[in-house]
Amino acid sequence: MTPVPETGPAAAAPDDVLAVRNLGVTVGGRKLVEDVDFTIRAGERVGLIGESGSGKSLTALSVMGLLPEGLRASGSVRLAGVDHDLVGADEARMSRVRGKEIAMVFQEPMTALNPTMRVGRQIAEVLLIHRTRPDRASARAAAVELLAQVGLPDPEAAAHAYPHQFSGGQRQRVVLAIALANDPALLVCDEPTTALDVTVQARVLDLVVRGVQERRSAMLFITHDLAVVATVCERVMVMYGGRLVESGPVQEVFTRPRHRYTQGLIGASDLTVVDDRGRLATIPGSVPAAGRFPAGCVFRNRCEHATDGCATRPDWVPTGPDSGYACFHPAPDGAPGTGTPTNQEAGRG
Amino acid sequence: MIVRLVQRIGILLASLVVSSVLVFAFMAVLPGDPARVALGTSASDSAVAQLREQFGLDRSLVAQYFSWIHGLVTFDPGDSYISHAPIGPQLADRLQVTLWLVGTGMVIACVLALPVGTLMAVRHRKPSGLILSALSQVGVAVPAFLAGILLITVFAVGLGWLPANGWTPPVQDPVLFLKQLVMPALSLGIVQAAVLTRYVRSAVLDVLREDYLRTARAKGLRPTRALLRHGLRNAAVPVVTVLALQLATLLVGSVVIERVFVIPGLGSLLLDSVANRDLIVVQDVVMIIAMAVLLVNFLVDMVYLLIDPRLRGGAS
Repeated sequence: MTPVPETGPAAAAPDDVLAVRNLGVTVGGRKLVEDVDFTIRAGERVGLIGESGSGKSLTALSVMGLLPEGLRASGSVRLAGVDHDLVGADEARMSRVRGKEIAMVFQEPMTALNPTMRVGRQIAEVLLIHRTRPDRASARAAAVELLAQVGLPDPEAAAHAYPHQFSGGQRQRVVLAIALANDPALLVCDEPTTALDVTVQARVLDLVVRGVQERRSAMLFITHDLAVVATVCERVMVMYGGRLVESGPVQEVFTRPRHRYTQGLIGASDLTVVDDRGRLATIPGSVPAAGRFPAGCVFRNRCEHATDGCATRPDWVPTGPDSGYACFHPAPDGAPGTGTPTNQEAGRG
Repeated sequence: MIVRLVQRIGILLASLVVSSVLVFAFMAVLPGDPARVALGTSASDSAVAQLREQFGLDRSLVAQYFSWIHGLVTFDPGDSYISHAPIGPQLADRLQVTLWLVGTGMVIACVLALPVGTLMAVRHRKPSGLILSALSQVGVAVPAFLAGILLITVFAVGLGWLPANGWTPPVQDPVLFLKQLVMPALSLGIVQAAVLTRYVRSAVLDVLREDYLRTARAKGLRPTRALLRHGLRNAAVPVVTVLALQLATLLVGSVVIERVFVIPGLGSLLLDSVANRDLIVVQDVVMIIAMAVLLVNFLVDMVYLLIDPRLRGGAS
């Protein structure tokens, strides 16, 4: 991996695979994602969590350069080994990066594969586009090998089958095989197991983790399932209202959340905690429509700790090399460290 | 796959039987005695009775139906009541002419509509896409005969490049054949192209929104190549459906166009036979058109199976 030249604000340290600086996504005049900054190091597995509409998928699609029509990204996304910024790069350049340096696994396996093309060809294609295999025959052989790696029984027959002949979990394995085919430096997963049966989820997650570990690929893993983040990722970033509100090692963030939103999110996912009336904890209110979040702290209209001061934007408070939060009224550090860190919080909900 | 094929052939045969019964029944309930019509009101009763016997019109309807079907199946539909000429060779000649016309019209429609419709979809937000859209809207509104008259006015009367009408079999004079084919085929083709373009556009637009196209781009395919490799085959299913419907429209449209360009096709034969009260010929022509439409639908079903593996059913 060649070091990235020190140009612009997004220049990455040699060990960094992905450096996102000041990323924003707008549609019309509305800001959907704003000031997102993060770095992913080689081989690191980072989770990105948040409710629907928090901007996590848009962040991932900006990194891929695959934002839907009409949406515009700003800021900077640099990838190690790529000598240009991914934001604003033309299709010719991006198409050389996609599928090779960065690959993506999408949420919906039922529709992610071309229904009229044999699965083996769909995998071989990504090898042929980037010329990682010299000819069709060797690409096909590699496709069968990849199908075996993602644990499909009888990979030879699977390569010859069409997507509709597979279950959802099997299709997601095929999508994963396509994504891992060229040993990408970064794998982006956008809720890869959300659409799958619970019984299949664990096995697919296991394959994802094994796949990136074997290739020493870094991973950006988007989900709203905190349990999944805890098993898959080393570090987690929490997103709300198009901004990063907290980040840090999984263990730290999940046991001692500082941002009040993170605290609520973790409280809401704890199914052992109920209030006086026996109801599960929730975050009051609902996520505003895209681009309709309050000014200042984006969470203040749902936060019971909010004060008038929250109308100005909270600065990022670093608490370590990779951790920090953006909140004026953070939960005290060193709060209960085990099990249910948000007992008292949830009880009040 | 084999099961589907047998199934489709069964459906084709059944629809052929049903449509032949309908065509026959419709002609049978028409008021008036064909023999009386053929001989005119002044003919004597005995002359009419003789003609009825000669053409088997005195038999039961069921017997008449089966002898008609027998004639069609053995390619020997008998003689006309009016001209007493054998119908078979005439039908074959006329059908050939109409097939040239309809076939060329269809090819023109596809050659125009497939790329233009795709372009309209890809550029649906850009001015060029909107302009093409507007043009196709105009095309949809123009009837084929008007397009034909306009073409004649410009290229035959105005510029004198092409003959205004007429028909020459290709074996007799290929150059003249082509010159005479251009305008009638264009009149049919352009109008169908305008309609088809809009279906191609919406089919491609649907495909552009599909997840697998995003997957294709995530693999590193540029948008155009992603669409060509992964989109077009999927967009083809609805387009083929419309093509089949349009072929039926073209057959009907050719009746009018053959009039405009004085072409001795099936349509002209139909109109002439109606005018001459040559009912048996009318019946045969209508049945041939019905057969053509059913056959096209059968072929379209087969094409579906080729395009979309999901329709084939069963394991690979």
